[in-house]
Amino acid sequence: MSVYEYIVRTKDLSKIYTLGGTEVRALDDVALDIRRGEYVSIMGPSGSGKSTLFNMIGGLDKPSKGTVFIDEVDMAQLTASELAFLRCRKIGYIFQTFNLIPVMTALENVTLPMVFAGLATDDALDKGMGLLKIVGLGERYDHKPTELSGGQQQRVAIARAFANDPAIILADEPTGNLDLRTGKEIITLLKRMNEEKKVTVISATHDLKMIDVSDRVVWIRDGKIERIEEREDIELQVGQMEGEDQ
Amino acid sequence: MSENQRREGVPEGASDRLGVEQQIVLPWSKALEMTRENIFVRLGRSAITASGIFLGIAFLSAVLFGASASRLVAEMDLERIGLEHEAGELQARIIWLASMSLVVATVGIVNSMLMSVTERYKEIGTMKCLGALDSFIVRLFLLEAGLLGILGSGLGALAGAGVMMLIYIGRLGGEGVAKAWVTPAVQLGGGNVPLWVSIVASVLIGGILSILAALYPAWRAAKMPPAAALRSEF
Repeated sequence: MSVYEYIVRTKDLSKIYTLGGTEVRALDDVALDIRRGEYVSIMGPSGSGKSTLFNMIGGLDKPSKGTVFIDEVDMAQLTASELAFLRCRKIGYIFQTFNLIPVMTALENVTLPMVFAGLATDDALDKGMGLLKIVGLGERYDHKPTELSGGQQQRVAIARAFANDPAIILADEPTGNLDLRTGKEIITLLKRMNEEKKVTVISATHDLKMIDVSDRVVWIRDGKIERIEEREDIELQVGQMEGEDQ
Repeated sequence: MSENQRREGVPEGASDRLGVEQQIVLPWSKALEMTRENIFVRLGRSAITASGIFLGIAFLSAVLFGASASRLVAEMDLERIGLEHEAGELQARIIWLASMSLVVATVGIVNSMLMSVTERYKEIGTMKCLGALDSFIVRLFLLEAGLLGILGSGLGALAGAGVMMLIYIGRLGGEGVAKAWVTPAVQLGGGNVPLWVSIVASVLIGGILSILAALYPAWRAAKMPPAAALRSEF
Protein backbone atom coordinates (compact mmCIF):
# COMPACT_ATOMS: atom_id res chain seq x y z
CA MET A 1 0.00 0.00 0.00
CA SER A 2 1.60 3.23 -1.07
CA VAL A 3 1.12 6.20 1.14
CA TYR A 4 1.64 9.64 -0.22
CA GLU A 5 4.10 11.97 1.39
CA TYR A 6 1.84 14.95 0.95
CA ILE A 7 -1.56 14.43 2.45
CA VAL A 8 -2.77 17.85 1.30
CA ARG A 9 -1.56 19.69 -1.78
CA THR A 10 -2.91 22.87 -3.26
CA LYS A 11 -2.09 24.20 -6.70
CA ASP A 12 -2.84 27.72 -8.03
CA LEU A 13 -5.53 27.95 -5.39
CA SER A 14 -7.56 31.14 -5.66
CA LYS A 15 -10.80 32.45 -4.24
CA ILE A 16 -12.16 35.61 -5.73
CA TYR A 17 -15.18 37.51 -4.45
CA THR A 18 -16.89 40.30 -6.32
CA LEU A 19 -18.07 42.88 -3.81
CA GLY A 20 -19.84 45.85 -5.30
CA GLY A 21 -17.92 46.26 -8.53
CA THR A 22 -14.54 45.32 -7.12
CA GLU A 23 -12.76 42.02 -7.17
CA VAL A 24 -11.42 40.81 -3.83
CA ARG A 25 -8.79 38.08 -3.95
CA ALA A 26 -9.20 36.26 -0.67
CA LEU A 27 -6.69 33.69 -1.93
CA ASP A 28 -4.25 34.34 -4.74
CA ASP A 29 -2.49 31.40 -6.41
CA VAL A 30 -1.68 29.55 -3.22
CA ALA A 31 0.54 26.50 -3.50
CA LEU A 32 0.93 24.58 -0.28
CA ASP A 33 2.13 21.05 0.43
CA ILE A 34 1.46 19.48 3.77
CA ARG A 35 3.20 16.31 4.82
CA ARG A 36 1.47 13.41 6.49
CA GLY A 37 1.67 13.62 10.28
CA GLU A 38 2.77 17.25 10.31
CA TYR A 39 1.45 19.90 12.63
CA VAL A 40 1.11 22.99 10.46
CA SER A 41 -0.09 26.37 11.58
CA ILE A 42 -1.37 28.83 9.02
CA MET A 43 -0.85 32.21 10.55
CA GLY A 44 -1.87 35.65 9.52
CA PRO A 45 -3.87 38.68 10.57
CA SER A 46 -7.62 39.00 10.10
CA GLY A 47 -8.54 39.07 6.46
CA SER A 48 -5.30 37.43 5.41
CA GLY A 49 -7.12 34.51 3.83
CA LYS A 50 -6.30 31.85 6.38
CA SER A 51 -9.95 30.99 7.03
CA THR A 52 -10.60 30.92 3.31
CA LEU A 53 -7.67 28.55 2.88
CA PHE A 54 -9.06 26.46 5.73
CA ASN A 55 -12.42 26.30 3.95
CA MET A 56 -10.80 25.26 0.66
CA ILE A 57 -8.72 22.50 2.21
CA GLY A 58 -11.68 21.25 4.21
CA GLY A 59 -13.96 21.17 1.19
CA LEU A 60 -16.34 23.60 2.87
CA ASP A 61 -16.38 25.90 -0.11
CA LYS A 62 -15.34 25.74 -3.74
CA PRO A 63 -12.29 27.60 -5.04
CA SER A 64 -12.63 30.02 -7.93
CA LYS A 65 -9.51 28.63 -9.48
CA GLY A 66 -6.95 25.95 -8.76
CA THR A 67 -7.03 22.57 -7.10
CA VAL A 68 -6.94 20.95 -3.71
CA PHE A 69 -5.61 17.40 -3.55
CA ILE A 70 -6.33 15.24 -0.52
CA ASP A 71 -4.13 12.16 -0.80
CA GLU A 72 -3.71 13.01 -4.47
CA VAL A 73 -7.46 12.99 -5.06
CA ASP A 74 -8.78 16.19 -6.65
CA MET A 75 -11.55 17.41 -4.37
CA ALA A 76 -13.42 19.06 -7.20
CA GLN A 77 -13.86 15.66 -8.85
CA LEU A 78 -15.66 14.20 -5.87
CA THR A 79 -19.41 13.67 -5.92
CA ALA A 80 -21.53 14.98 -3.06
CA SER A 81 -21.54 11.57 -1.36
CA GLU A 82 -17.80 11.15 -1.75
CA LEU A 83 -17.27 14.59 -0.28
CA ALA A 84 -19.55 13.72 2.62
CA PHE A 85 -17.57 10.52 3.11
CA LEU A 86 -14.35 12.50 3.16
CA ARG A 87 -15.72 14.84 5.81
CA CYS A 88 -17.09 11.96 7.81
CA ARG A 89 -14.11 9.62 7.81
CA LYS A 90 -11.02 11.43 6.74
CA ILE A 91 -11.23 14.94 8.12
CA GLY A 92 -12.10 16.14 11.59
CA TYR A 93 -13.08 19.77 12.01
CA ILE A 94 -12.59 22.04 14.99
CA PHE A 95 -14.04 25.55 15.05
CA GLN A 96 -13.53 28.72 16.99
CA THR A 97 -17.14 28.64 18.16
CA PHE A 98 -17.03 24.92 19.02
CA ASN A 99 -20.19 24.24 16.96
CA LEU A 100 -21.63 21.52 19.14
CA ILE A 101 -25.27 20.59 18.56
CA PRO A 102 -27.03 22.33 21.46
CA VAL A 103 -29.83 19.81 22.05
CA MET A 104 -27.42 16.87 22.30
CA THR A 105 -25.30 15.74 25.21
CA ALA A 106 -21.51 15.60 24.99
CA LEU A 107 -21.60 11.89 24.26
CA GLU A 108 -24.28 12.28 21.61
CA ASN A 109 -22.24 15.03 19.97
CA VAL A 110 -19.11 12.88 19.93
CA THR A 111 -20.92 9.84 18.54
CA LEU A 112 -22.86 11.66 15.81
CA PRO A 113 -20.14 11.23 13.16
CA MET A 114 -19.98 7.56 14.11
CA VAL A 115 -23.72 7.26 13.39
CA PHE A 116 -23.14 8.68 9.93
CA ALA A 117 -20.29 6.22 9.45
CA GLY A 118 -22.65 3.36 10.18
CA LEU A 119 -21.12 2.29 13.46
CA ALA A 120 -23.32 0.12 15.69
CA THR A 121 -24.76 1.99 18.68
CA ASP A 122 -22.94 0.04 21.38
CA ASP A 123 -19.60 0.35 19.63
CA ALA A 124 -20.24 4.06 19.11
CA LEU A 125 -21.06 4.64 22.76
CA ASP A 126 -17.96 2.76 23.93
CA LYS A 127 -15.72 4.60 21.52
CA GLY A 128 -17.36 7.93 22.40
CA MET A 129 -16.81 7.43 26.11
CA GLY A 130 -13.22 6.47 25.39
CA LEU A 131 -12.63 9.67 23.47
CA LEU A 132 -14.26 11.78 26.15
CA LYS A 133 -11.99 10.21 28.73
CA ILE A 134 -8.93 10.99 26.62
CA VAL A 135 -9.89 14.66 26.56
CA GLY A 136 -10.61 14.56 30.27
CA LEU A 137 -14.40 14.81 30.20
CA GLY A 138 -15.43 11.27 31.10
CA GLU A 139 -17.81 12.35 33.88
CA ARG A 140 -19.52 15.02 31.80
CA TYR A 141 -20.74 12.75 29.05
CA ASP A 142 -24.40 13.55 29.68
CA HIS A 143 -23.97 17.30 29.91
CA LYS A 144 -25.34 19.54 27.21
CA PRO A 145 -23.14 22.27 25.70
CA THR A 146 -24.88 24.93 27.79
CA GLU A 147 -23.72 23.09 30.89
CA LEU A 148 -20.09 23.13 29.80
CA SER A 149 -17.48 25.87 29.84
CA GLY A 150 -15.84 27.08 26.65
CA GLY A 151 -12.76 24.99 27.21
CA GLN A 152 -14.86 21.90 27.95
CA GLN A 153 -16.95 22.46 24.84
CA GLN A 154 -13.82 22.69 22.73
CA ARG A 155 -12.56 19.47 24.25
CA VAL A 156 -15.83 17.77 23.33
CA ALA A 157 -15.38 19.20 19.84
CA ILE A 158 -11.88 17.74 19.70
CA ALA A 159 -13.18 14.36 20.85
CA ARG A 160 -15.83 14.60 18.15
CA ALA A 161 -13.24 15.47 15.52
CA PHE A 162 -11.49 12.18 16.30
CA ALA A 163 -14.69 10.13 16.21
CA ASN A 164 -13.92 8.25 12.99
CA ASP A 165 -10.13 8.15 13.26
CA PRO A 166 -9.49 10.84 10.69
CA ALA A 167 -6.21 11.32 8.87
CA ILE A 168 -6.46 15.10 9.03
CA ILE A 169 -7.61 17.51 11.71
CA LEU A 170 -8.55 20.97 10.50
CA ALA A 171 -8.79 23.59 13.20
CA ASP A 172 -10.04 27.12 12.53
CA GLU A 173 -8.98 29.40 15.37
CA PRO A 174 -9.41 26.69 17.99
CA THR A 175 -8.32 28.96 20.83
CA GLY A 176 -10.05 32.07 19.54
CA ASN A 177 -12.84 32.03 22.13
CA LEU A 178 -10.76 30.75 25.03
CA ASP A 179 -8.75 32.45 27.73
CA LEU A 180 -4.98 32.16 27.87
CA ARG A 181 -4.72 29.15 30.12
CA THR A 182 -7.53 27.17 28.55
CA GLY A 183 -6.10 27.97 25.14
CA LYS A 184 -2.78 26.50 26.17
CA GLU A 185 -4.50 23.35 27.42
CA ILE A 186 -6.24 22.93 24.12
CA ILE A 187 -3.03 23.42 22.17
CA THR A 188 -1.29 20.85 24.36
CA LEU A 189 -4.15 18.42 23.79
CA LEU A 190 -4.01 18.90 20.03
CA LYS A 191 -0.27 18.32 20.00
CA ARG A 192 -0.68 15.19 22.06
CA MET A 193 -3.28 13.80 19.65
CA ASN A 194 -1.02 14.70 16.75
CA GLU A 195 1.87 12.76 18.27
CA GLU A 196 -0.05 9.81 19.69
CA LYS A 197 -2.46 9.20 16.82
CA LYS A 198 -0.08 10.33 14.06
CA VAL A 199 -2.77 12.62 12.69
CA THR A 200 -1.94 15.59 10.47
CA VAL A 201 -3.06 18.81 12.14
CA ILE A 202 -3.67 21.94 10.11
CA SER A 203 -4.57 24.94 12.16
CA ALA A 204 -5.57 28.38 10.89
CA THR A 205 -4.88 30.73 13.74
CA HIS A 206 -3.47 34.02 14.89
CA ASP A 207 -2.63 32.65 18.30
CA LEU A 208 1.14 32.82 18.65
CA LYS A 209 1.07 30.13 21.34
CA MET A 210 0.48 27.68 18.51
CA ILE A 211 3.94 28.30 17.06
CA ASP A 212 5.70 26.29 19.75
CA VAL A 213 3.91 23.04 18.90
CA SER A 214 3.98 23.43 15.12
CA ASP A 215 6.39 21.59 12.85
CA ARG A 216 6.00 24.32 10.27
CA VAL A 217 4.39 27.72 10.20
CA VAL A 218 2.88 29.13 7.02
CA TRP A 219 2.64 32.91 7.15
CA ILE A 220 -0.14 34.27 4.99
CA ARG A 221 -1.03 37.84 4.14
CA ASP A 222 -3.49 39.33 1.67
CA GLY A 223 -4.27 35.95 0.20
CA LYS A 224 -0.69 35.03 -0.57
CA ILE A 225 1.84 32.92 1.27
CA GLU A 226 4.53 35.22 2.59
CA ARG A 227 6.88 32.57 3.83
CA ILE A 228 6.97 29.10 5.31
CA GLU A 229 9.19 28.41 8.27
CA GLU A 230 10.30 25.24 9.99
CA ARG A 231 9.89 25.44 13.74
CA GLU A 232 13.62 25.22 14.37
CA ASP A 233 14.16 28.31 12.31
CA ILE A 234 11.79 30.46 14.29
CA GLU A 235 13.58 32.42 16.95
CA LEU A 236 10.51 33.84 18.55
CA GLN A 237 10.25 33.21 22.23
CA VAL A 238 6.65 33.30 23.26
CA GLY A 239 6.70 35.19 26.53
CA GLN A 240 5.14 34.16 29.77
CA MET A 241 2.61 36.24 31.62
CA GLU A 242 2.89 36.40 35.34
CA GLY A 243 0.79 33.94 37.23
CA GLU A 244 -0.19 32.19 34.03
CA ASP A 245 1.09 28.74 34.86
CA GLN A 246 -0.80 28.30 38.10
CA MET B 1 -13.01 -2.19 16.67
CA SER B 2 -15.94 -3.07 14.44
CA GLU B 3 -15.35 -4.15 10.85
CA ASN B 4 -16.91 -1.26 9.10
CA GLN B 5 -14.52 1.16 10.73
CA ARG B 6 -11.63 2.15 8.51
CA ARG B 7 -8.35 3.18 9.98
CA GLU B 8 -6.95 6.48 8.78
CA GLY B 9 -8.96 6.57 5.56
CA VAL B 10 -5.93 6.22 3.29
CA PRO B 11 -6.94 5.07 -0.19
CA GLU B 12 -5.04 2.42 -2.10
CA GLY B 13 -3.84 4.56 -4.95
CA ALA B 14 -4.21 7.85 -6.74
CA SER B 15 -6.73 6.54 -9.20
CA ASP B 16 -8.83 5.00 -6.47
CA ARG B 17 -12.13 6.77 -6.23
CA LEU B 18 -14.01 6.34 -3.00
CA GLY B 19 -15.99 3.23 -3.77
CA VAL B 20 -19.65 2.48 -3.45
CA GLU B 21 -19.06 0.34 -0.41
CA GLN B 22 -18.21 3.39 1.65
CA GLN B 23 -21.50 4.47 2.97
CA ILE B 24 -22.91 7.39 4.82
CA VAL B 25 -26.08 6.49 6.66
CA LEU B 26 -28.71 8.02 8.85
CA PRO B 27 -30.92 5.26 10.24
CA TRP B 28 -34.57 6.23 10.65
CA SER B 29 -34.47 5.36 14.34
CA LYS B 30 -31.65 7.83 14.85
CA ALA B 31 -33.40 10.46 12.71
CA LEU B 32 -36.53 10.07 14.83
CA GLU B 33 -34.51 10.28 18.02
CA MET B 34 -32.82 13.48 16.84
CA THR B 35 -36.16 14.93 15.77
CA ARG B 36 -37.73 14.16 19.13
CA GLU B 37 -34.80 15.83 20.85
CA ASN B 38 -35.04 18.85 18.61
CA ILE B 39 -38.70 19.29 19.39
CA PHE B 40 -38.85 18.54 23.08
CA VAL B 41 -35.60 20.01 24.31
CA ARG B 42 -36.56 23.31 22.69
CA LEU B 43 -40.22 23.00 23.64
CA GLY B 44 -40.95 26.70 23.81
CA ARG B 45 -39.43 27.33 20.41
CA SER B 46 -41.28 24.34 18.97
CA ALA B 47 -44.55 25.65 20.38
CA ILE B 48 -44.04 28.95 18.62
CA THR B 49 -43.24 27.18 15.36
CA ALA B 50 -46.37 25.06 15.70
CA SER B 51 -48.60 27.95 16.74
CA GLY B 52 -49.46 28.86 13.16
CA ILE B 53 -50.78 25.45 12.30
CA PHE B 54 -52.39 25.11 15.75
CA LEU B 55 -54.44 28.26 15.28
CA GLY B 56 -55.28 27.57 11.66
CA ILE B 57 -56.56 24.07 12.33
CA ALA B 58 -58.29 25.21 15.54
CA PHE B 59 -60.21 27.72 13.47
CA LEU B 60 -61.00 25.16 10.80
CA SER B 61 -62.13 22.67 13.40
CA ALA B 62 -64.34 25.28 15.05
CA VAL B 63 -65.90 26.17 11.70
CA LEU B 64 -66.61 22.53 10.95
CA PHE B 65 -68.05 21.86 14.38
CA GLY B 66 -70.16 24.97 14.13
CA ALA B 67 -71.54 23.78 10.81
CA SER B 68 -72.55 20.41 12.23
CA ALA B 69 -73.99 21.96 15.34
CA SER B 70 -76.04 24.47 13.35
CA ARG B 71 -77.39 21.67 11.24
CA LEU B 72 -78.47 19.87 14.40
CA VAL B 73 -80.01 23.02 15.82
CA ALA B 74 -81.93 23.52 12.58
CA GLU B 75 -83.17 19.93 12.71
CA MET B 76 -84.31 20.38 16.27
CA ASP B 77 -85.96 23.70 15.60
CA LEU B 78 -89.40 22.82 14.19
CA GLU B 79 -90.34 26.39 13.35
CA ARG B 80 -87.68 26.53 10.70
CA ILE B 81 -89.57 25.73 7.55
CA GLY B 82 -88.18 26.80 4.23
CA LEU B 83 -84.68 26.09 5.39
CA GLU B 84 -83.60 24.65 2.07
CA HIS B 85 -82.51 27.86 0.30
CA GLU B 86 -80.62 28.95 3.38
CA ALA B 87 -78.78 25.68 3.56
CA GLY B 88 -76.99 26.30 0.26
CA GLU B 89 -75.89 29.75 1.36
CA LEU B 90 -74.80 28.45 4.73
CA GLN B 91 -72.81 25.69 3.10
CA ALA B 92 -71.02 28.11 0.79
CA ARG B 93 -70.14 30.33 3.71
CA ILE B 94 -68.77 27.37 5.64
CA ILE B 95 -66.64 26.23 2.74
CA TRP B 96 -65.34 29.78 2.37
CA LEU B 97 -64.46 30.01 6.06
CA ALA B 98 -62.81 26.61 6.02
CA SER B 99 -60.70 27.49 3.00
CA MET B 100 -59.65 30.78 4.52
CA SER B 101 -58.57 29.06 7.70
CA LEU B 102 -56.40 26.71 5.65
CA VAL B 103 -54.84 29.65 3.84
CA VAL B 104 -54.12 31.38 7.15
CA ALA B 105 -52.63 28.20 8.55
CA THR B 106 -50.43 27.77 5.47
CA VAL B 107 -49.07 31.29 5.62
CA GLY B 108 -48.35 30.89 9.31
CA ILE B 109 -46.63 27.63 8.94
CA VAL B 110 -44.51 28.56 5.92
CA ASN B 111 -43.22 31.48 7.92
CA SER B 112 -42.56 29.34 10.97
CA MET B 113 -40.73 26.68 9.03
CA LEU B 114 -38.60 29.24 7.24
CA MET B 115 -37.58 30.72 10.59
CA SER B 116 -37.00 27.33 12.11
CA VAL B 117 -34.61 26.34 9.33
CA THR B 118 -32.81 29.68 9.10
CA GLU B 119 -32.15 29.71 12.83
CA ARG B 120 -30.25 26.50 12.49
CA TYR B 121 -27.99 27.19 9.53
CA LYS B 122 -24.97 26.81 11.76
CA GLU B 123 -26.14 23.41 12.99
CA ILE B 124 -26.76 22.35 9.42
CA GLY B 125 -23.29 23.44 8.38
CA THR B 126 -21.80 21.58 11.33
CA MET B 127 -23.64 18.39 10.50
CA LYS B 128 -22.39 18.56 6.94
CA CYS B 129 -18.88 18.81 8.32
CA LEU B 130 -19.53 15.63 10.24
CA GLY B 131 -20.43 13.94 6.99
CA ALA B 132 -24.20 14.43 6.70
CA LEU B 133 -25.57 14.15 3.19
CA ASP B 134 -27.94 16.85 1.93
CA SER B 135 -30.77 14.32 2.08
CA PHE B 136 -30.18 13.79 5.82
CA ILE B 137 -30.74 17.46 6.49
CA VAL B 138 -33.94 17.49 4.47
CA ARG B 139 -35.07 14.27 6.13
CA LEU B 140 -34.54 15.68 9.62
CA PHE B 141 -36.44 18.86 8.91
CA LEU B 142 -39.32 17.12 7.19
CA LEU B 143 -39.67 14.70 10.09
CA GLU B 144 -39.71 17.60 12.50
CA ALA B 145 -42.22 19.53 10.42
CA GLY B 146 -44.45 16.47 10.10
CA LEU B 147 -44.34 15.70 13.80
CA LEU B 148 -44.92 19.31 14.83
CA GLY B 149 -47.62 19.58 12.20
CA ILE B 150 -49.54 16.56 13.46
CA LEU B 151 -49.13 17.55 17.09
CA GLY B 152 -50.07 21.17 16.44
CA SER B 153 -53.02 20.24 14.24
CA GLY B 154 -54.21 17.58 16.65
CA LEU B 155 -54.13 19.92 19.62
CA GLY B 156 -55.61 22.70 17.50
CA ALA B 157 -58.47 20.52 16.33
CA LEU B 158 -59.25 19.52 19.91
CA ALA B 159 -59.06 23.10 21.10
CA GLY B 160 -61.27 24.44 18.32
CA ALA B 161 -63.88 21.74 18.65
CA GLY B 162 -63.67 21.92 22.44
CA VAL B 163 -64.47 25.61 22.54
CA MET B 164 -67.38 25.11 20.19
CA MET B 165 -68.70 22.24 22.27
CA LEU B 166 -68.81 24.54 25.28
CA ILE B 167 -70.58 27.18 23.26
CA TYR B 168 -73.20 24.79 21.95
CA ILE B 169 -73.81 22.80 25.11
CA GLY B 170 -76.51 25.22 26.18
CA ARG B 171 -78.42 24.96 22.95
CA LEU B 172 -77.97 21.27 22.26
CA GLY B 173 -77.34 19.73 25.65
CA GLY B 174 -74.69 17.13 26.31
CA GLU B 175 -76.31 14.48 24.16
CA GLY B 176 -76.77 16.90 21.29
CA VAL B 177 -73.16 17.96 21.43
CA ALA B 178 -72.10 14.33 21.24
CA LYS B 179 -74.45 13.80 18.30
CA ALA B 180 -72.81 16.71 16.48
CA TRP B 181 -69.71 14.57 16.09
CA VAL B 182 -71.46 12.22 13.74
CA THR B 183 -73.43 14.90 11.91
CA PRO B 184 -71.96 16.05 8.63
CA ALA B 185 -70.51 19.54 8.62
CA VAL B 186 -70.91 19.97 4.94
CA GLN B 187 -72.81 18.00 2.36
CA LEU B 188 -70.31 17.38 -0.35
CA GLY B 189 -71.46 15.74 -3.53
CA GLY B 190 -71.23 12.04 -2.74
CA GLY B 191 -72.28 11.50 0.81
CA ASN B 192 -72.56 12.56 4.35
CA VAL B 193 -69.16 12.79 5.91
CA PRO B 194 -69.56 12.76 9.68
CA LEU B 195 -67.89 15.64 11.52
CA TRP B 196 -65.28 13.52 13.20
CA VAL B 197 -64.02 12.33 9.84
CA SER B 198 -63.71 15.92 8.60
CA ILE B 199 -61.79 16.86 11.68
CA VAL B 200 -59.40 13.93 11.42
CA ALA B 201 -58.91 14.87 7.77
CA SER B 202 -58.12 18.44 8.87
CA VAL B 203 -55.44 17.15 11.21
CA LEU B 204 -53.89 15.12 8.41
CA ILE B 205 -54.06 18.09 6.07
CA GLY B 206 -52.34 20.16 8.75
CA GLY B 207 -49.54 17.61 8.95
CA ILE B 208 -49.11 17.48 5.19
CA LEU B 209 -49.16 21.27 4.85
CA SER B 210 -46.44 21.49 7.48
CA ILE B 211 -44.24 19.05 5.59
CA LEU B 212 -44.81 20.87 2.32
CA ALA B 213 -44.05 24.20 3.96
CA ALA B 214 -40.71 22.93 5.25
CA LEU B 215 -39.68 21.35 1.97
CA TYR B 216 -38.23 24.32 0.14
CA PRO B 217 -36.45 25.98 3.11
CA ALA B 218 -34.94 22.64 4.16
CA TRP B 219 -33.79 21.78 0.64
CA ARG B 220 -32.22 25.19 0.15
CA ALA B 221 -30.45 25.06 3.50
CA ALA B 222 -29.14 21.57 2.78
CA LYS B 223 -27.67 22.73 -0.51
CA MET B 224 -25.72 25.63 0.99
CA PRO B 225 -21.95 25.17 1.03
CA PRO B 226 -20.94 24.47 4.65
CA ALA B 227 -18.73 27.56 4.79
CA ALA B 228 -21.74 29.80 4.13
CA ALA B 229 -23.96 27.94 6.58
CA LEU B 230 -21.33 28.14 9.31
CA ARG B 231 -20.99 31.89 8.89
CA SER B 232 -24.49 32.40 10.30
CA GLU B 233 -24.60 34.35 13.49
CA PHE B 234 -27.47 32.63 15.32
